[in-house]
Amino acid sequence: MTVAVFSFYLFAISLLTGGLFTVIARNPVHSVLWLILSFISAAGLFVLLGAEFVAMLLIIVYVGAVAVLFLFVVMMLDVNFAELKAEMAKYMPLALLIGIILLMQFGLAFGNWHMADGAENARAAVTPTEMDNTKALGMLLYDKYFLIFQMSGLILLVAMIGAIVLTLRHRTDVKRQDVLAQMYRDPAKAMDLKDVRPGQGL
Amino acid sequence: MQADLNVILPEIVLSVYAIVALLGAAYTGKDRMAGMLIWLTAALMTVLAIWIGTTGDSTRTAFDGMFNDDGFARFAKVTILLSAAAVLVLGQEYMARRDLLRFEYPLLIALAAVGMMMMVSAGDLMALYMGLELQSLALYVVASLRRDSAKSTEAGLKYFVLGALSSGLLLYGASLTYGYAGTTLFSGIIEAADGRAPIGLLIGLVFVLAGLAFKVSAVPFHMWTPDVYEGAPTPITAFFATAPKVAAMGLFARVVHDAFGGVVADWQQVIAVLSLLSMFLGAIAAIGQTDIKRLMAYSSIAHMGYALMGLASGTVFGVQAMLIYMAIYVTMNIGTFAFILSMERDNRPVTDIASLNMYSRAHPGRALAMLILMFSLAGVPPLLGFFGKLYVLRAAYEGGLAWLAVAGVIASVIGAFYYLRIVFYMYFGEEREPLETGRSPVQWGFLMASAAIMLLGIINMFGVETMAQAAAATLVN
Repeated sequence: MTVAVFSFYLFAISLLTGGLFTVIARNPVHSVLWLILSFISAAGLFVLLGAEFVAMLLIIVYVGAVAVLFLFVVMMLDVNFAELKAEMAKYMPLALLIGIILLMQFGLAFGNWHMADGAENARAAVTPTEMDNTKALGMLLYDKYFLIFQMSGLILLVAMIGAIVLTLRHRTDVKRQDVLAQMYRDPAKAMDLKDVRPGQGL
Repeated sequence: MQADLNVILPEIVLSVYAIVALLGAAYTGKDRMAGMLIWLTAALMTVLAIWIGTTGDSTRTAFDGMFNDDGFARFAKVTILLSAAAVLVLGQEYMARRDLLRFEYPLLIALAAVGMMMMVSAGDLMALYMGLELQSLALYVVASLRRDSAKSTEAGLKYFVLGALSSGLLLYGASLTYGYAGTTLFSGIIEAADGRAPIGLLIGLVFVLAGLAFKVSAVPFHMWTPDVYEGAPTPITAFFATAPKVAAMGLFARVVHDAFGGVVADWQQVIAVLSLLSMFLGAIAAIGQTDIKRLMAYSSIAHMGYALMGLASGTVFGVQAMLIYMAIYVTMNIGTFAFILSMERDNRPVTDIASLNMYSRAHPGRALAMLILMFSLAGVPPLLGFFGKLYVLRAAYEGGLAWLAVAGVIASVIGAFYYLRIVFYMYFGEEREPLETGRSPVQWGFLMASAAIMLLGIINMFGVETMAQAAAATLVN
């Protein structure tokens, strides 16, 4: 067994284990930790494929940002997961039935899976050759798929507008910081010196 | 690149406008600018519609075939832009009086329109998905625009969760299709999928169709429609019932003909079943409704069933019938929603059907216009709505789906009941507290214009028939 094959099985098994325990862990914080494990294993698989840029991206974006965000949300929101699970249990038989039917269909689909003639070539034709994969990714994103890249920008803009529209409230009953007013304050206007005689007060 | 950008110039203009207006409004007047922005957006959309409509009949592709600019896309884009502009203008007064006028609203609609234009022009599964998400995301937000109302928030959330699920289905189908064809380009898929589809591709196709059926609210993917229609503010309901439906039907036609045109027999039966179920559920479930917005939701489900019937035939004539049907449907809906928007009592919006009792006595002109629109929605000859139905029925019959055409006739007879019930209330109901509708001249204008089109359109359909024919011919090959 070569090192590559050994590490493939190592990463693949830990990816699947991580995924499984993300779903079945009782404590939601543990779920997120298992999720992080599966992200890291997936990054390992990408490295084995020679896609080191995607692997690093997975670690930086998903483990570094998304999973930590999840962790915060899970810890800050006081959601009663036991109650949610009880609700879920009611629909379990139906869900299982649908799941089994789907599984059988996929078995049917992948059991005699075959590709169209030339699909292999069509898939390979898109990738730019003779450059390292980070550069190739850039060529695809910013050149060939320019239109789609710009569209994703617009989608993110809509998401941002939506978040602001639905949550921002201009409250008039709170005191806000006014930087200019703070800077233009001077001692002459803000302070008044009184010469208080002993024993008399103001 | 220059040539590519020229092809998508209308989309670029609309997006740049939305971004600039967003910045401008955020830094200056905020919500005070909203009224003006609504008129500006509507004007820009109308100008773009005229521009797109007069570009001639060339067929151009851009970005290696990811974007198509052909007659079909232009027909759909003109319909989308004009109906979106009409609905924006219609709702302005309603939004202003109920303190819903936020400057983001017209801009979100403009961005949704960009998404819809991308959808009907898509030549690639990825471009399709991007357009679809841009449109849906903007719609989720506007559905819950009245954020202090539980119903509106519920509408937005329900739409969002179910929409995300349907997007997931669509993406899974797209990935199976890609796995089979080795490319996401429609032109590549149609080459790979010729003749009989293998089972893997078939499952992919079914998943893609399920995702699209959700967007056109075809049964059994319709569950969100009544709640979203009822919960969203009425101008937004009016928007949901018009432009996005045209875009989703356009996308449906584009996918089945451009990408899966080689396996017609495989998707024909799926669409026929969707169509059959939608027509009957729309007709039967609407009978029990007392809220006119919910009723219009079921009505739109039924109408989508008819439009899908045209598509199910799988012929050029079927696509033409679908386009004509959608154009007529949108016109009828704009008129009907112009009336629904004007319904109020003591400055509060009313959506109860019973409030229409003896409406004709106070406002005979409006009642007559509503009568024409209701008859047209039901498909009573000789109004324009009847001709729309006639086209799709003929398409189904000629496409070898005579059973579907017969079912369509039966469903339309059942469906006529609830449209006629509204007319019955207006003319023969019992005397009740009167309904006020006389506020906005804009709404009156759209109501009357729409009713007039239903009457006058029967002469030559304002040329829509030939335009739709040319559009359909560029799609099906």
